[in-house]
Amino acid sequence: MILTKAQYDEIAQCLVSVPPTRQSLRKLKQRFPSQSQATLLSIFSQEYQKHIKRTHAKHHTSEAIESYYQRYLNGVGENGAAPVLLELANEVDYAPSLMARIILERFLQEHEEAPPSKSVINSMLRDPSQIPDGVLANQVYQCIVNDCCYGPLVDCIKHAIGHEHEVLLRDLLLEKNLSFLDEDQLRARGYDKTPDFILQVPVAVEGHIIHWIESKASFGDECSHHAYLHDQFWSYWNRFTAFDPELDSNWRVSLDFLKCRSTPPMVSQDMELFVPIGDLKLFLDNLEISMSFKEDFPFFFFFHSEENCRFLELEGGSETISFSPLVSS
Amino acid sequence: MAAVLESLLREELSVAVAVRWIARSAQSSEDDPREAAALSSLRPLRKEFVPFLLNFLREQSSRVLPQGPPTPAKAPGSSTGLPGRSGGPPRGGRGARNQLFPPIEASSATAADAPSARRGGRRRGPGPARERGRGPGGLEEGVSGECLPWAGGRRPRSSGSPSSPSLARSDPPNLSNLEEFPPVGSVPPGSAGTKPSRRINPTPVSEERSLSKPKTCFTSPPISCVPSSQPSVLDTSPWGHGIPSGCRSLQEEREMLRKERSKQLQQSPTPACPTLEPGSPHPSRTGHLTAEPADPTRVSSRHRLELVALVYSSCIAENLVPNLFLELFFVLQLLTARRMVAAKDSDLEPTPGAVDSLESPLFQSVHDCVFFAVQVLEHQFHVLSHLDKGTLKLLAENERLLCFSPALQGRLRAAYEGSVAKVSLAMPPSAQAVSFQPETDNRANFSSDRAFHTFKKQRDVFYEVLREWEDRHEEPGWDFEKGLGSRIRAMMGQLSAACSHSHFVRLFQKQLLQGERRQFAVVLLSLRLLAKFLGFVAFLPYRGPEPPPTRELQDSILSLRSQVPPVLDVRALLQQGLRARRAVLTVPWLVEFLSLADHIVPMLDYYRSIFTLLLHLHRSLVLSKESEGEMCFLNKLLLLAVLGWLFQIPTVPEDLFFLEEGQLDVFEVDTVASEHGLDSMPVVDQQLLYTCCPYIGELRKLLASWVSGSSGRSGGLVRKITPTTTTGLGAQPPQTTQGLQAQLAQAFFHNQPPSLRRTVEFVAERIGSNCVKHIKATLVAELVRQAESLLQEQLVTQGQEGGDPAQLLEILCSQLCPHGAQALTQGREFCQKKSPGAVRALLPEETPAAVLSSAENIAVSLATEKACAWLSANITALIRREVKAAVSRTLRAQGPEPAARGERRGCSRACEHHAPLPSHLISEIKDVLSLAVGPRDPEEGVAPEYLEQLLGQLGQMLRCRQFLCPPAEQHLAKCSVELASLLVADQIPILGPPAQHQLERGQARRLLLMLLSLWKDDFQVPVPLQLLLRPRNVALLADTRPREWDLLLFLLRELVEKGLMRRMEIEACLGSLHETQWPGDFSEELATLFNLFLAEPHVPEHQLRACELVQPNRGTVLAQS
Repeated sequence: MILTKAQYDEIAQCLVSVPPTRQSLRKLKQRFPSQSQATLLSIFSQEYQKHIKRTHAKHHTSEAIESYYQRYLNGVGENGAAPVLLELANEVDYAPSLMARIILERFLQEHEEAPPSKSVINSMLRDPSQIPDGVLANQVYQCIVNDCCYGPLVDCIKHAIGHEHEVLLRDLLLEKNLSFLDEDQLRARGYDKTPDFILQVPVAVEGHIIHWIESKASFGDECSHHAYLHDQFWSYWNRFTAFDPELDSNWRVSLDFLKCRSTPPMVSQDMELFVPIGDLKLFLDNLEISMSFKEDFPFFFFFHSEENCRFLELEGGSETISFSPLVSS
Repeated sequence: MAAVLESLLREELSVAVAVRWIARSAQSSEDDPREAAALSSLRPLRKEFVPFLLNFLREQSSRVLPQGPPTPAKAPGSSTGLPGRSGGPPRGGRGARNQLFPPIEASSATAADAPSARRGGRRRGPGPARERGRGPGGLEEGVSGECLPWAGGRRPRSSGSPSSPSLARSDPPNLSNLEEFPPVGSVPPGSAGTKPSRRINPTPVSEERSLSKPKTCFTSPPISCVPSSQPSVLDTSPWGHGIPSGCRSLQEEREMLRKERSKQLQQSPTPACPTLEPGSPHPSRTGHLTAEPADPTRVSSRHRLELVALVYSSCIAENLVPNLFLELFFVLQLLTARRMVAAKDSDLEPTPGAVDSLESPLFQSVHDCVFFAVQVLEHQFHVLSHLDKGTLKLLAENERLLCFSPALQGRLRAAYEGSVAKVSLAMPPSAQAVSFQPETDNRANFSSDRAFHTFKKQRDVFYEVLREWEDRHEEPGWDFEKGLGSRIRAMMGQLSAACSHSHFVRLFQKQLLQGERRQFAVVLLSLRLLAKFLGFVAFLPYRGPEPPPTRELQDSILSLRSQVPPVLDVRALLQQGLRARRAVLTVPWLVEFLSLADHIVPMLDYYRSIFTLLLHLHRSLVLSKESEGEMCFLNKLLLLAVLGWLFQIPTVPEDLFFLEEGQLDVFEVDTVASEHGLDSMPVVDQQLLYTCCPYIGELRKLLASWVSGSSGRSGGLVRKITPTTTTGLGAQPPQTTQGLQAQLAQAFFHNQPPSLRRTVEFVAERIGSNCVKHIKATLVAELVRQAESLLQEQLVTQGQEGGDPAQLLEILCSQLCPHGAQALTQGREFCQKKSPGAVRALLPEETPAAVLSSAENIAVSLATEKACAWLSANITALIRREVKAAVSRTLRAQGPEPAARGERRGCSRACEHHAPLPSHLISEIKDVLSLAVGPRDPEEGVAPEYLEQLLGQLGQMLRCRQFLCPPAEQHLAKCSVELASLLVADQIPILGPPAQHQLERGQARRLLLMLLSLWKDDFQVPVPLQLLLRPRNVALLADTRPREWDLLLFLLRELVEKGLMRRMEIEACLGSLHETQWPGDFSEELATLFNLFLAEPHVPEHQLRACELVQPNRGTVLAQS
């Protein structure tokens, strides 16, 4: 399913000032029946996160916290069974799970001697039955199960998606007999930041040589491309383009080549490196077929070098990295 | 001069005073006035002491080093020193191996008187330059430059003794010198009008050095035999047009002399320097290959040797000798002296009563030589420790050194082990980033995860900043502070722990030094190249027969030349450089520039002042002075090396170095102006030092040739052409077998195309590396497996705790590390097995069998050597590291989740992984939970069938597990328990007509049974069932009217029955529920439930189940009662 830039913009437009709840998502699905829930949720989640990043600070002033807490106390004083906290969050346009955290923290400050540690709070959010106050426990739980963008359950879902797609990718690579080193193997060799997979023999996609594959199980908008480039690519760059002076002096990846392709191809003109798993599958199924963009979620991104006849080789004995020439066929 | 030395030996003078005296530094108040008085009478001789001492040492060692690599001669010229000649000291000349400087007189004993007179004469002269010119010019008229052009350059003369040149010239040539008299057919090293280098060669910035001869080392030219038909003259020299006409006759003459020499060789029992005939078998020299063992107990007159060594070392330390490395080379020659040449009896007999004077030879045996050398090396340890790793290794492994001074050997070994100064011939590539160093930058070296994480972040920020700076700092309007200031501060702000500091500092230093240093090297090498080119162009017009044949001519040339302004005001640049404290940048290129000067240049006042300045600098670079703001050691070493080289260039008059006093003070340079110059920054590393002064590498070659057992005639690569088939000749003494093997291998490669060598070396390199990997994957992996099972046993016997992890590791390592010894055997087998095939595959099919088998054998031994060297050094550490990782892995798995330790079941082979994805199921269950918890719209709800389907999918997924990760499973387990609580409390809104909004009892039980079965059979993580009886979940029941307890009771019984929870556990949970504040009626009902659960008899499973199925409404009854 191709998502055009216009469609994406339309979806994003619909998400302005929408609370991250089940009901909102349901309405979104009704509005865009042709999009899969996963795509919509991913876009929703990312748009909402951007929103929260912008507004986060104003909810954390001591005045705001105090006023929320008082409103919470008044609310549950009137009716403890009413969704006080959830409605408060929706009213002030903040994520319910994050609101629950603010109130819980404030509550514990009041009732405990020492200020609560982060781990205690996280643990209570994961299992609200540990919260000493029954009413607050219910309120917090309600916030967490109703929040579709934040909270421990959402985090777990995101993590699970990431893991699942890594497995999918691994199966795909195995199925196609592509030899690779995975993150665990790389970590065992002492690298702290690694891509998901390093291909031991590079492949070409649309004339680009691919060395590494990184699975990102989230929607690839411009913002996340940028963020991933920043957080991950340069980190790999710092680690993996290091050279062994004794072995090779000329290996140098051209930065011009760092182009990314996103799917849906809304930003494909200038970003050529992000391709969806479906495309990879298609590509691997038939190396000759030029790529088309079939699936919208999630995407992968590849790194490659201009001098496409070289690949990574990790030296076992000395733990150094060298780049050896690969005879191009 | 001998008088000074004698008084030193008789201890009438202290060494310190003498050195101060020689160095012309101010008299110290501590000096004994008597000593001072003794010396003051010798004042006029002062500057001649050092040349005297150096010559004395060379002369004394003449019997030890006749067949060794010739000591580079400082003073060239034809020589009186015929090989084998003993008695009177040879007159020196470049060819005399034993003579660096020519002696002043025919006999050293009388040398003390003669020079003073000459010196006086010189002083009266108009100036050093003119003075210098007069001698040779005046005396050589009629001889003319054409007759012996190779003897130009350095005239044998001490400090400008005017008469010596003529003496030297009239001396018979040194027949045994390969450079002067190369074998026929070889290209004369100094052909085409340029004179052969008389000193350390200006050579190898490799190809680029056009002036230099093919010779690249301290010693004699390589035996590269170029067919004489080649236009060698033009090829080897840029001065082709300036070839004197005498050159051809020179060739003829040389050939004649060569014949003469070969005649002599046949007669002489100790050929000094046999010719190497290309293609012909080398004459047997077995006798000279064996080294006489050196014994510290057999040293004669230790005290005298110690004293001389001290004086000599002090002269070196004070930079009183022209070239530090030349002296080191000489000392290493003494260290590696093979045997004493039998001398005339009279020479060997010590004169009675004169043991400690100069009457008897200083070196009476090899033992003396080695003793002396070791003494000097001890004083020079600091310099040695800055040599490249290879040289250090050879020194540290030198058995003579070990035998004579274990302490020095220990220090050298420590220096070797600490050294990172690998010098490779290839220029280092330009770097972009410092590689991530798994050795140091891993988690184990950080105090906490947080610190490690911070470091990683910092690393990223650092490179981000660096990259941005590189990209943008040249853009107009870009401001460092604005662009990067806050980010840098933020990065530095993260440095809290001391250990993070060290990691960051290491990164920073490496980037700046593998960055700054490289940039410096690039700039310096480019400057040198440019300067050389400029020098070439600037001095090209003045090339000609040199020096000027007559004094008149010279005078007129001088007056003419002094009118010409210098092409580049190098003096100003030098002064500027010195003032700005960047001599380390300025001097090396200036030296290149000056090295191309013609013979007149040093006589010009302008250039003379430059030389004086350089000399002053040279003298000031005392290596032992290390204080704040001083020049870095390696920077000094580089300057000393290049200056020393310059002082050896034939065009630079020798008397320049041994300047008269007073002159040095003229050019005081004010260096205070700039405190932080380049000089105090560590911009020079060994790589640069060796690149700029490749001749320092000769030290290593000399030591290597000692190890390989070759006599090292050339000091360079030994290319003996010996058939490989002679390997089996058992005539060699055992200790040199290895060396001979190496020689044979060299010889073998010499005969074969270069690609064969490359192939063999490549195969050896790869197989060696693969071998290490193989050992790691087999032997080490197996040991790790053993460690894991041993650890499991340990944990079983010692219980959960298992003891202190560090202790466990020690126990395991002590058991397993000894097995590492197998690595060597296995490694050998691996190399033995793998190398031949690889060589065979890479060499042409047509390779002769004998060649192939030799190549295979060499590859095997090289690969084995490489692999075993690595393994023997690292295997224990490797095993330890891997076992440590395994231990922490096992203990971690042991830790918080005992249930997770059980074998995790995967899906069956037949599974096609079609189960729904875990993320999807979590998301769906979350939706059900949020519906149940509310708030919800009136029309919202779930169909009972959907719930069953959902649980069915959950079961499928839990059985497939392909996509499941532990956190997802844990969340699913928790969600399923929440779902059960909602079912029990009947809180799930069901779709359908309003009357049926509740789940049917039977449906609810079916769903609960499904959940029970999932918990029992399918979940592999612990299921938090106790959540069911937490106040929050039980409170759900309080909201329902009428309250129905039957499902809860049913669930609790099933939990006990299925063994999911123990009765006691449930009782405890129910008991603790009383602590919570409940509405009055709810507390009562809870108490009744508790009693009912307690009253339930322990009946066999099937009966209870039957009972439950028969009486489905029992709980309802209870609730209603």
